Amino acid sequence: MSEASTGSTDEGSKDVVAAATSGEAPGEVIARHEGMFGVSGTGDTSGYGGLTRTVELPGSTPGPYGGWMDTVAEALAPSTEKVVVHRGEITFFIRREDLLAVVKLLRDEEKLRFELCSSVSGVHYPDDAGRELHAVYHLLSMTHNRRIRLEVTCPDADPHIPSVCATYPTADWHERETFDFFGIVFDGHPALTRIQMPDDWPGHPQRKDYPLGGIPVEYKGGTVPPPDQRRSYN
Amino acid sequence: MVSTSSTNETSDPYAATESETTEGKVYTVTGQDWDTIVSGIAEDHDDKVVVNMGPQHPSTHGVLRLILELEGETVTEARCGIGYLHTGIEKNMEFRSWTQGVTFCTRMDYLSPFYNEMTYVLGVERLLDIEDQIPEKAQVMRVLLMELNRISSHLVCIATGGMEIGALTVMTIGFRERELVLDLFELITGLRMNHAFIRPGGVAQDMPAGALDEIRDFVALFKKRLPEYADLCNANPIFKARLEGVGHLDLAGCLALGITGPPLRSTGYPWDLRKMQPYSGYEDYDFEVQTWDTADSYGRFRVRLNEMHESLKIVEQCVERLAGLEGAPVMVADKKIAWPSQLAIGSDGMGNSLDHIKHIMGESMEGLIHHFKLVTEGFRVPAGQAYVPIESPRGELGAHVVSDGGTKPFRAHFRDPSFTNLQATSVMSEGGMVADVIVAIASIDPVMGGVDR
Repeated sequence: MSEASTGSTDEGSKDVVAAATSGEAPGEVIARHEGMFGVSGTGDTSGYGGLTRTVELPGSTPGPYGGWMDTVAEALAPSTEKVVVHRGEITFFIRREDLLAVVKLLRDEEKLRFELCSSVSGVHYPDDAGRELHAVYHLLSMTHNRRIRLEVTCPDADPHIPSVCATYPTADWHERETFDFFGIVFDGHPALTRIQMPDDWPGHPQRKDYPLGGIPVEYKGGTVPPPDQRRSYN
Repeated sequence: MVSTSSTNETSDPYAATESETTEGKVYTVTGQDWDTIVSGIAEDHDDKVVVNMGPQHPSTHGVLRLILELEGETVTEARCGIGYLHTGIEKNMEFRSWTQGVTFCTRMDYLSPFYNEMTYVLGVERLLDIEDQIPEKAQVMRVLLMELNRISSHLVCIATGGMEIGALTVMTIGFRERELVLDLFELITGLRMNHAFIRPGGVAQDMPAGALDEIRDFVALFKKRLPEYADLCNANPIFKARLEGVGHLDLAGCLALGITGPPLRSTGYPWDLRKMQPYSGYEDYDFEVQTWDTADSYGRFRVRLNEMHESLKIVEQCVERLAGLEGAPVMVADKKIAWPSQLAIGSDGMGNSLDHIKHIMGESMEGLIHHFKLVTEGFRVPAGQAYVPIESPRGELGAHVVSDGGTKPFRAHFRDPSFTNLQATSVMSEGGMVADVIVAIASIDPVMGGVDR
């Protein structure tokens, strides 16, 4: 397989800056990209090599959030690392050891009643040291017509998150998919096997350190490199 | 349980892990191991037969593989094998611009392409914070295309579902009508499928001349033909005997398994995101949420049939509104997001925009630079994540869109209703007959392009 991506994940920039704690809604800086086209060193003759761009995710939002969001936030407060409200959607970062208790509470408590787990997906932030892998749960309360998002992080070195299958049986295939693509091991899952890729497939394809693959294509004398090796804006 | 043993230094660190179990032998069913499985099963249970159905089987709705354990003709265990159509669409989208992403995700659930585009685009628009700036005409066109798409998708469901139980006439007339809908798609978007027509900020093109009349003709014709399905099926004793009571799944089961769409509504619960969490102006249309109370395959068929009537009502309202919106913009006004040109078919049969070319090549250097930047680099989307689900013909379809502030999606994950609903295969078919497995799966209406992505 080919070299790792030169796209949005810049291997060279590992410096992770902690979120500024003062001010309103400080962003959480998780990475810095340098240059413009993903090229580093003398190869970059574009003149844009000096550019730096910090990758800053929306930071923790202080309460109150208004309306029902406060009800949920209060109930989850003991297990919450931080709460992010962005574009009208609320995200609770839950400590992974508390996840099972939290989802049970969210489903069974009458005031909350999130009876449907829409999806479980994974996101890989290779530069977010100590919390590289995120599992993201979208919950829906049909009773109250509300949606929330839970996010649980785990480090690359210890990719374990408890499985919510016992509370939300629908998470079965979703967790298998997230394991398949990101390598997050959902402890307590009834049969955590690959679901999309063949059972003997090496690697977890949607991690950022897994190359997209592809071969250069020749066309009328020119060669077009595969998408993950083309010059691209980062 | 899965153990992550990393004792083997030479191997790939991500190599498949070994499975351990306390409940007997594990069959991984990776392909070409059928003899092992059959002989293994035969050792333990003499009277049981394991049947592999698919992935190349005409009745399994595409490349779905079913592994059925039978006692006589009764299914004791049913498991799905999926992944045969996995194409890495989500991963590919991370290497293309936000606008190009539409071209990829439209190919997932190929029977409802507009819905795939729509949920992704809504997520991007929420991150861009331009949800209120989308022009009215773009919103109406999106609704129009989605509802036409719901009709064509339900037609395929009913048609193939009929074919699989031997009702071939249902199949032929279903595809006859679907063809008409695809003709409308071709007229409006230029393509019969994989349209990539709904773009962040609006839609790609304005309505072509004469399209509204064509749609009116279609609505008039379809109103005559839609009752044919009811006449053929609703009270047909053979059809009812095959569908009634098959694939039963009640409300509690649906919620536990995350089942949405017609299977959920066939339990009598009127959950429809178009009504409950309206998007794209659905609150302005007059339509009813269709339910049934039998929670079986027949109920799902009736829900779909009735939903086509409702979709037709919405299409009519869209046409009425579009008639008053001639010449209105179909793309957001922000030139940093809006695709610059409106293409027209030239004499060479290729799409081109002569006025725009004249402007950027002859009149404005800045216009050329702007065009170049927008088309090659694309726009940047503020960092964050969004999830805007919509009601697709199969249930809740949502895109979890994550941006790191760059010109490409950092991650796009699709919650496809086919994928989630297919988990109900076991509970719907275990304890029933083999022939009923087909009916139960047809009533879920899975599209493998969406399941595997």
